[in-house]
Amino acid sequence: MKTLYDKIWDSHIVVPETDAPAILYIDLHLIHEVTTPQAFTGLRKRGLKVRRSDKTFATMDHSIPTSSRSLSGFDDMAANQVRTLAANCAEFGVLLFDLNSPKQGIVHVIGPELGLTQPGRTIVCGDSHTSTHGAFGALAHGIGTSEVEMVLATQCLLQRKSKNFLVKFDGRLQPGVTAKDMVLALIGKIGTGGGTGCVFEFAGSAIRALDMDARMTICNMSIEGGARAGLVAPDDRTFEYLAGREFAPKAKDWDDALARWKQLPSDEAAHFDKTVTIDVSALEPMITYGTNPAMSIPISGRVPKPENEADAAALKYMALEPGQALAGHPIDVVFIGSCTNSRLSDLRSAARVIRGRKVSRGVRMLVVPGSYEVKRQAEAEGLDRIFKEAGAEWREAGCSMCIAMNGDAVPSGKVSVSTSNRNFEGRQGKGARTLLASPLTAAASAIEGRVADPRRFGAGL
Amino acid sequence: MKISSRVVVIPQENIDTDQIIPARFLKVTDKAGLGQHLFADRPEFRALIGGGSQVLVAGNNFGCGSSREHAPWALVDFGFRAVISTSFADIFRQNSLKNRLLPIVVDAKTHALLQPGAAVTIDLAAQTLSIDGGPTVTFPIDSFSKTCILEGLDEIGYILKQGSAITAFENRN
Repeated sequence: MKTLYDKIWDSHIVVPETDAPAILYIDLHLIHEVTTPQAFTGLRKRGLKVRRSDKTFATMDHSIPTSSRSLSGFDDMAANQVRTLAANCAEFGVLLFDLNSPKQGIVHVIGPELGLTQPGRTIVCGDSHTSTHGAFGALAHGIGTSEVEMVLATQCLLQRKSKNFLVKFDGRLQPGVTAKDMVLALIGKIGTGGGTGCVFEFAGSAIRALDMDARMTICNMSIEGGARAGLVAPDDRTFEYLAGREFAPKAKDWDDALARWKQLPSDEAAHFDKTVTIDVSALEPMITYGTNPAMSIPISGRVPKPENEADAAALKYMALEPGQALAGHPIDVVFIGSCTNSRLSDLRSAARVIRGRKVSRGVRMLVVPGSYEVKRQAEAEGLDRIFKEAGAEWREAGCSMCIAMNGDAVPSGKVSVSTSNRNFEGRQGKGARTLLASPLTAAASAIEGRVADPRRFGAGL
Repeated sequence: MKISSRVVVIPQENIDTDQIIPARFLKVTDKAGLGQHLFADRPEFRALIGGGSQVLVAGNNFGCGSSREHAPWALVDFGFRAVISTSFADIFRQNSLKNRLLPIVVDAKTHALLQPGAAVTIDLAAQTLSIDGGPTVTFPIDSFSKTCILEGLDEIGYILKQGSAITAFENRN
């Protein structure tokens, strides 16, 4: 009796775990400009090649501008890092989706979009949100730069097995409540270290009901609950999403793959080391008030009383008072984007709220599609016009304001409602105050100029 | 490997890697010199860590968040050789061990004894932490990482020796 994680683990063992960690085979290695230059330097020093350049794909996302696709006049250090990636990919024969490629985008958006992310695969990237790809039933997690070098050199990773942690979402979401709210509720319940040493498997009727974009939102934030990876068992929605994508298997290979993928779900009697169950039926839109993603409340709630010095320091940083309602709290910036919420369905749901309305005076709203392809599709549907007519900025694909190392940042002391994944101090810019929420909540807040409950914008959300 | 040092203490839980080194310092293409940016936006943390100490004591769940290896690079470049906490985030722990920075997990009782300026000796071979004027406790550490650090074993070299097993795996799949 095995879990989904057990099955993927077992099928990728090159050398089993002994005193030493297992040597685990990696099917897909995604790389980007920020966490790889030192790894390529290491390879060069050792006189090694990239073992499987055919399993390695590169893009540029973290330190690039989203105002245009040109690096001229851009931050010299960032531009140098971007050019270094291009040079490394050319030297080592790695396929790069650069700023001018129609396949460029946030690494965790393009992997699935291109069909590179497939059930049963092991996937790594020097980025903690690699957990996103787990939505397809792939074992995917972030690694450090030393491990990037290791995988480039050997296509393997030294790894100890994690524990199995079942997260069951039962019930049915109410209108206006989304996958983002589900995952914020989970992290609030277990804490930012709740999943340390574990791999999550997300299951239950509420997960089955989600489309692939929404499942990615949930898996994306596994790391914010302390788990390196989070998985959803593949099903017909997964297969429908993948069918026909560029790197997905074709013809007989597809049939073979499908037969394999259908064997992946956890056996009924499989053992989980930990289990948590959340009923989503009564869930409200969630929003964070503090400086880690576990510090969240329902949108109708009030800021809790600090339990310790760290909580008190967080409230001080956020300039919030215990007992204060968050709904109605004035805001300055709205950011719709990031590997958590920058896919087409995220932009569609924000646009449903924005359509025919105006962004509140004094609020800066940035809409940053997750990839060139998401941007193209959104423009084909006219979503860009909805945002622009409302007064929002419509940008090129990239990580943008989620990480504030690329020219897009929230000014010090300003309050941002952000669809990204981290509200850490300074994450969106030195002194920035981040409230994490869903695209619906972010869009509603942009219209009102205050933290707003999206359910007030009517049914059919 | 033995480390004898007075400890410095940042008494806060959930210190994420964005606090250890903010993203704007990640635009580098090498590892050197990142110590100057350690806790760059947290002057209150920075004020606690000077004085040549090699051992940092911090609260639970240290190193959560981003996978940036720049965090251990900055800590090592600043002069730290060990961090003591009641728990570490998984990726940070891995990244630290690969940079010979010891992530030492102790129980809450021991953690409470580690007040600023306490003199400690860490013996990696024996896996012991001795507090001057206090107890000596053992700590867990991954046995393979321990060997790598003590014997200077190179992990990539170790995997490369299994080249035929990797090729066999690739041929099977």
